[in-house]
Amino acid sequence: MLYLFVLLPLLGAIVAWIVPDNRYRPLVLPAVAIPHLLMAFYLAGNAPPPSPGGWIWLDPLGKIVLLCISMLFTVCAVYSVGYLAYRQERSNRVLCIGLLTCLSAMTLATMCQHLGLLWVAVETTTVTMAPLIYFNRNARSIEATWKYLLICSVGIALALLGLLFLAYSTHVAHLEATLLLSSLKASAKDLNQGWLHAAFIFLLVGYGSKMGLAPLHTWKPDAYGESPGLVGALLAGGLVNCAFLAILRVYQLCLSSGKEIVFFQNALISLGLISMAFAAVFMAKQADFKRMLAYSSVEHVGILAIGLGLGKGALFGALFHLMNNGLTKGVLFLSSGNIHRSYGSKTTDLVRGALTRLPWSGGLFLAGFIAITGSPPFSPFISEYTIVSSAFVEGRYLIGGLFLLFLTIVFIGMALTVLPLVMGTPPVDLEESEYRDRLLTVGPPFVMMLIILFLGVWPPDALLQLLREGAALLEARP
Amino acid sequence: MGSFADQLLVLVMLINFVMLGSSRMALCIRAVAVQGVVLGLLPGLVHPFSWHLAGITCGIILAKGIVIPYLINDAVRKAQIRREIEPFIGYVPTLILGAIFTTLAFVFAEKLPLAPEHRELLFVPASIATLMSGFLILTTRKKAISQVIGYLVLENGIFIFGLLLTEAMPVMVEAGALLDLLVGIFVMGIVINHISREFSSIDTSRLRALKEE
Repeated sequence: MLYLFVLLPLLGAIVAWIVPDNRYRPLVLPAVAIPHLLMAFYLAGNAPPPSPGGWIWLDPLGKIVLLCISMLFTVCAVYSVGYLAYRQERSNRVLCIGLLTCLSAMTLATMCQHLGLLWVAVETTTVTMAPLIYFNRNARSIEATWKYLLICSVGIALALLGLLFLAYSTHVAHLEATLLLSSLKASAKDLNQGWLHAAFIFLLVGYGSKMGLAPLHTWKPDAYGESPGLVGALLAGGLVNCAFLAILRVYQLCLSSGKEIVFFQNALISLGLISMAFAAVFMAKQADFKRMLAYSSVEHVGILAIGLGLGKGALFGALFHLMNNGLTKGVLFLSSGNIHRSYGSKTTDLVRGALTRLPWSGGLFLAGFIAITGSPPFSPFISEYTIVSSAFVEGRYLIGGLFLLFLTIVFIGMALTVLPLVMGTPPVDLEESEYRDRLLTVGPPFVMMLIILFLGVWPPDALLQLLREGAALLEARP
Repeated sequence: MGSFADQLLVLVMLINFVMLGSSRMALCIRAVAVQGVVLGLLPGLVHPFSWHLAGITCGIILAKGIVIPYLINDAVRKAQIRREIEPFIGYVPTLILGAIFTTLAFVFAEKLPLAPEHRELLFVPASIATLMSGFLILTTRKKAISQVIGYLVLENGIFIFGLLLTEAMPVMVEAGALLDLLVGIFVMGIVINHISREFSSIDTSRLRALKEE
């Protein structure tokens, strides 16, 4: 069942490769995504037992990430049918193949219990996304692709070195060298401390650069800014979550090793605060609204890292935020893609009054902005509130205070870009474009916005239960 | 067999210097290919024979010695580029830096808590020295192709460390890692090709449109 789950998107990629017609090829995406989503829901309810070797198992953490990725991908897949209809001048073969291969790799990443295999899956997502960032084929997008490819490849290579250190620590301790999460967890206390420490640093740096934690985030604004909105959504909601899952696995190991966890938590908190600070500084006066979204993504990976670093009650918030951030970023990137299509520009000096010109896309962009900055009644409010309140309950006033301060600055900075963009009056000399809000380009992000609202107002019990199970896996047991 | 492996590792480190000091692309690519083949031979020397090992040896020699150099050569031919010009740091200073890093690697490796059976071998210092050389090439050169070569050298350095524990890495993971590397280089080759068409040069210092004002 689980293998079928990974193979399904690959099969779709082969079909997309064969289909000759540019107009019908994008239909493969929803045809794969919808069964994938149904299977994800089914598996979240009744996951099969671990595979005989223990390599493949969908645990609660994997389920949370899988649900988020599958929902986001389905929405993007339906959207892509409408979006690519406007981009008929360009072959979308590479795009479709890349998206589906990436989905397969992301699915595999959610169910890996072997750290080596997880590494392979994460690296595959990196490589398959590179050609997609280059979809627009201009000088700017190639620059973004090159930066992304080089920085992420080197980052992931460092994570591999971390994995080797981890395996070596078992060797020094005269145990059988392995990278299986369960056996590593069982023997974590006996492993060589020095190597373990080095391994955790390298893994954090490696996966951190993939996730875009400052100061390793430099590829992010470029890659998010230059890729089509649909690819940006999957980068911000899919790849980020896969890299975060890898960090969660490392976190689980730290917990079992006992001594290392305090160091790892502090490192996460500092990286998280630095990320939020960077985002707050660069968000102000950001004229390019797609780059602004990239900095918002840097901010939110910072929030995730802080939630994880605080531990205890904040873990629930971090896991919930993983899902909320992924979905909300989806709404923002897809609607910003529509606005970009219609205005033919993504700088705020040309793009004004989106609400008048594109009532639906403009409205969704505004709603997404309100949600992502953590305003009620949307679900990111709940997760961010959980993290902040847990910081204060634990007596970490400085962290909680800085967190709130950065959130406020980010809110103001983002509002300064978003409000004129959405409100205002459209420039008079604007050229007509062929883009119109249609059901296929507005419907999918609209549905996703409803889900975010729904999760904020009335989160389903099954999901809360799943999040609690996930948080329990990350809880320190005395 | 340990001493022969050590000699090969010395060869690997010498190749690092060839790459650090050379401006000719063709030579650098050939050097990285030779380095790949040498690395492919190493696992056979330090571990007893098994089919797993034979598979790894063939896979590495094929990928690092033949396919990847071919892909890079292809990119070079299409971009019509022969030399690295004006690196950010000159050749002699990079060579000196390379020498300093190699020395430091030996000093550092002495201090690491290695398993007793690995203490006498050159694997760990060679790994760190190669890793640092890769970083040096990656950061000081301007041409996209030189940066890819730097990335490959970096990967080679990590790979040398991995040789100490081939039994920890199941075939599937190793094959996956190798495949990812291959596809990565393939994609990089295509991107280089597009950079050269778009900018009529593969000088990455010209990639500077995207920044914060």
